[in-house]
Amino acid sequence: MSLGRSIVTSSLSEADSYTHRYVLEHVQTEAGATLHIRGRLELGEAGPLWAGLDQYALSADRGTTLNFDMAGVERIDGSAMALLAHLRARLQQRGVSAEFVGASPVVQEIIHLYRGDVRVGRKKKRRAPGTLDQIGQATLATVAEMRFGLAFLGYLVVEWLGVLRAPKTGNWRDLFPTMERTGPDALPIVLLINFLVGMVVAFQSSPQLEQYGANIFLADLIGISMTRELGPLLTAVVVCGRSGAAFAAELGSMQVNEEIDALRTMGFGPMRYLVLPRVLALMLVMPILTLLADIVGTLGGLAVGIYTLELTPISYFTELQKAVSLSDFLSGITKSVVFGLTIGLIACQQGLATSGGAEGVGRRTTSAVVTTLFTLVVIDAIFTIFFQAARL
Amino acid sequence: MTAPFVEVVDLTMGWGDTVLQENASFQVERGDIFVILGGSGSGKSTMLRYLIGLETPLSGIVRVDGSVPEPSEVGRPAFGVMFQSGALLGSMTVGENIALPLATWTDLPEEAVLAIVEAKLRMVGLQGTEDKMPSELSGGMKKRAAIARAMALEPELVFLDEPSAGLDPVTAFELDELIVTLNEKLGMTIVIVTHDLESIFRVAKHCILLDKKSKSIIARGDPRELRAGSDDPRVKAFFNRTSEART
Repeated sequence: MSLGRSIVTSSLSEADSYTHRYVLEHVQTEAGATLHIRGRLELGEAGPLWAGLDQYALSADRGTTLNFDMAGVERIDGSAMALLAHLRARLQQRGVSAEFVGASPVVQEIIHLYRGDVRVGRKKKRRAPGTLDQIGQATLATVAEMRFGLAFLGYLVVEWLGVLRAPKTGNWRDLFPTMERTGPDALPIVLLINFLVGMVVAFQSSPQLEQYGANIFLADLIGISMTRELGPLLTAVVVCGRSGAAFAAELGSMQVNEEIDALRTMGFGPMRYLVLPRVLALMLVMPILTLLADIVGTLGGLAVGIYTLELTPISYFTELQKAVSLSDFLSGITKSVVFGLTIGLIACQQGLATSGGAEGVGRRTTSAVVTTLFTLVVIDAIFTIFFQAARL
Repeated sequence: MTAPFVEVVDLTMGWGDTVLQENASFQVERGDIFVILGGSGSGKSTMLRYLIGLETPLSGIVRVDGSVPEPSEVGRPAFGVMFQSGALLGSMTVGENIALPLATWTDLPEEAVLAIVEAKLRMVGLQGTEDKMPSELSGGMKKRAAIARAMALEPELVFLDEPSAGLDPVTAFELDELIVTLNEKLGMTIVIVTHDLESIFRVAKHCILLDKKSKSIIARGDPRELRAGSDDPRVKAFFNRTSEART
């Protein structure tokens, strides 16, 4: 910068009683530059103050000097001082000699408080992890999560055997309230969704059936798809969204509030006390919910059959009886028990793995629902292949 | 004479039929370190909630800097508050917690905000924790980070709820030092709720002592003088850590 003098003032309006609360005066001599700072420096005006200071700091070249003359500072608050100290540190890191000079004892104490008088070391640059690093870390995290899930299942089986051997050690008191929460309370939404899906499937297929004069086969279509597939899966999806999320959030909150640790210290293992009643409750209510879902789903199909295909209830049910075998029905019910186990297991495992406060609870609850939905579909596919192979 | 910074006139606080304190009156002057004392259940933390406008008095008036405090839904807050648990937002890093009010209520660019965040954290002895999540901090660290957040907007008045509760003696001492520094060097007025006697004698300039049974303020003044000169057995019991019957 050429030799000379330039002045920046705080730009408050004329109407303001304290116009020009601070003045920055840049004086360039052959010995170096000095920024004379006068007035009151406060956070309220830190925006323009920063812009003014930054302009002078950027103009200082490596190997030169830019001192801050604080003799005229009447008052400076912590934030304004933090900005000045940051600027000085930045200048020093760039190889510009910069110090605070001429400060009154009061201002000097604030300079000291904000480390405006210490030597500035080189700032270490943080290295961002590379793509391979990130892929590796994510893979390790996924493997660890899967191992943890498997270990959890093993632990649950061991605890289950323990409770079977000594039934008194089980937490039976929580079983029925949990069953009520997960079963009857979920009934309206489960029934409504299955009824509507039964109707939708019937609506979608009735034009095709009508085209071939195969109206009565609507009963076969709805009966088999509801009992084998849609009834169990849709019920599981609803229960996952309701009870799975609730279990994960509940156990997650208990975990971050150290309630789980407290239970442990009182001799209640979380697996036996919290997980078993929840998983067992889901395994018991899921088949009942699924049975009712199958019934209302087929009724949804019947409603559309009567309305669009002119079927009679008697013909519909007679065909249904012929089409749907006991194995169709039982395969759906069997699946529902496994779905209940899956939902309870993943939700509780995710809940107990929670760490990190409110955000952790949210993350684990989301993870519980997403992981469960994915696992339900995978298990459903495995069941379908198995039943096909076994001709069940 | 300047008006008191915090003024409480005939404040009755409670909910429903429960009354915690009746007709409490006191003032906090600018530049004071004012401590609200009392045993468990005397309503001292509740008193703080009235002072910062989170509760509406059953009767009486609370004024902060001449106006009734209201939790501002939108707008730069008039004072800083540190809650007992720290109450850092769990979904943000420590640095983001402190940067939030600065980024929202000032026109500073990011570099300047980060510089202030770094300086505030350094001041409370938490340099280098910007990128940590609150859940990774210990109880004492959370409190100190919460103080840094309360100071972010350079308020002239800061309320601290039980700053030294649950801290080890060294951390508690450092926190007291920080409180005195903020008061002396930066001129902050500080209102503290606590029952930590050591801390009270180290930092307090003035105090009031709330009593649960009589639902009133039973002592006011310099805590050192109250310890030495009060004739009230309840006050003596509090300052000498004994039961009332033995004083």
